[in-house]
Amino acid sequence: MSTAQTKEPDANLVDEIAVRQALSSTPRPPRPSPFSTVLTFGWRGMLKIRHVPEQLIDVTMTPVLFTLMFTYMYGGAISGSTGEYLQFILPGILMMSVLFTTVYSGVALNTDLTKGVVDRFRTLPIWRPAPLVGAVVGDSVRYLVAGTVVVVVGVILGYRPEGGWIGVLAAMLLVAVFAFGLAWVFTTLGLLLRSPNAVMNGGFMALFPLTFLSNAFVPPETLPTWLEAFVDVNPISFVVTASRGLMDGTATAGDVGVVVASAALMTALFGSLTTRLYRRG
Amino acid sequence: MTGSSPLAIEATALVKDFGTTRAVDGVDLAVRTGSVYGVLGPNGAGKTTTIRMLATLLRPDSGSARVFGHDVVTEADVVRGAVSLTGQLASVDEDLSGRENLIMVARLLGLKRPLAKARADELLDAFGLTDAAGRLVKNYSGGMRRRLDVAASIVVTPRLMFLDEPTTGLDPRSRNQVWDIIRALVGEGTTILLCTQYLDEADQLTDGIVVIDHGRVIAEGTPGQLKASVGSGALHVRLLDADQRPQAEGVLARRLETVHLESDPMGLSAACADADLAAEAVAELSRSGIKIADFSLGQPSLDEVFLALTGRPADEVTAHQTIVAEKESAV
Repeated sequence: MSTAQTKEPDANLVDEIAVRQALSSTPRPPRPSPFSTVLTFGWRGMLKIRHVPEQLIDVTMTPVLFTLMFTYMYGGAISGSTGEYLQFILPGILMMSVLFTTVYSGVALNTDLTKGVVDRFRTLPIWRPAPLVGAVVGDSVRYLVAGTVVVVVGVILGYRPEGGWIGVLAAMLLVAVFAFGLAWVFTTLGLLLRSPNAVMNGGFMALFPLTFLSNAFVPPETLPTWLEAFVDVNPISFVVTASRGLMDGTATAGDVGVVVASAALMTALFGSLTTRLYRRG
Repeated sequence: MTGSSPLAIEATALVKDFGTTRAVDGVDLAVRTGSVYGVLGPNGAGKTTTIRMLATLLRPDSGSARVFGHDVVTEADVVRGAVSLTGQLASVDEDLSGRENLIMVARLLGLKRPLAKARADELLDAFGLTDAAGRLVKNYSGGMRRRLDVAASIVVTPRLMFLDEPTTGLDPRSRNQVWDIIRALVGEGTTILLCTQYLDEADQLTDGIVVIDHGRVIAEGTPGQLKASVGSGALHVRLLDADQRPQAEGVLARRLETVHLESDPMGLSAACADADLAAEAVAELSRSGIKIADFSLGQPSLDEVFLALTGRPADEVTAHQTIVAEKESAV
């Protein structure tokens, strides 16, 4: 569609009469609602994926690699069989793949800030947090893509959710909700750090230890006591416990509630921090 | 929403610091509704910072500004409903197509989807971008990008438009196109605040100018008044042969005052208000066997105004003036 044709066609391009007509033709409509504005920014996010579908390669390839590597590398050693280990780690891989994509929300925001288009958004009479909320809402589509890939690969390899498809869907949704909250941490980072690379590095430096030092890949009982103590309070462990519970059909309302509450807390805290930083420019 | 205020912009003692640097140091502005006002100054003079405060993008550290009577800090949202900004970095999304950019802005301004699409197509057509409508903006040329940027600014006609160096980096043809658009905007009654470091541009487009240097207003007036403040006009001569310039300089120096050598190795100029005197000087050059490509007698350029006001040239932008200044200090 987009041909690499950069030369302008040679003609008298700007028609002054047409410009004048264009100027006088549209009266100012009533302001759009915050909701419709957020949707427009979400649409913008979708368009970017459509124009650069390669963006989704990360989101789809990483989960496939994780699932394959973990299952076949550690399955025998940790659980005695790959099949049993897959059953144990799939919710963890789901969590990890989705949470890793949240870093990109921060990276994308940081990239955006270096572009002039942010000035346009800031001078429009719209609900101020809309560009941010819209972007994160758009990113949620990526989270769901990553989640779906993990589950599909898992099922191909022999994963069978005891909580049924409803459980799997609920787990995906729960992880996406947590990711929505976590994304605000990275958008804050995206506004504080200088370059997209710094956001990427900082984000992964924080996420790697947090995801691995959790109950996602090994039973915490096997760990040294001091590490077990950390794993038990790691918020990521709560996400894994809840989504594992949902997929196994054993989750309690408390398991789920704690994750939703922490997502809400992160959204409130870092969402408003992001908005404030963004407003300050 | 607002009463009609005679002043589109009214700024008093605006100050903005960045760390220890005072970018804007007490700027006052009064811009009449319906006029084109130029803010002129070299790089780093504080033009962009001033415009960003007026456009609600930056909060002033002290001082106040009103746009159509509304405070830019406490009534920022009302101000945003009346203005649009075309920034130094084109304020368009490079990762979307031109058409998608315009639809997005239209939707954000509250146009319903079918109307937004129709509006986008109408603007693309008016700005000569129809052929490039589906292309990603990152593949646009500089001129196309600026036109799209201006188009995005008038999806809904703003009452006040900020243009921050709209032609910087454009080739002469694209620059003329942007100028045509600005003239059309003015024709429709939009007030324009134009930041520029091109003195020629301010001269071409504006009714009034403030000259800013080091964050302060150092002069204000119409382009004509500013020129008059510098005094006489100048005779500009361009030779056919650069080797004859020293000889020509000698001839002119005998007849006229303060002869400047221009950066163009074949160009020189001399202060001269009187057409007869200028004609004689040109005739004398010709009698001396110096071949002239062309000559003109004109008002002083705004470059010269800037030099006269600040004692230094308008930054690196006008290499011509830099060289003149060096020659002067060397003499």
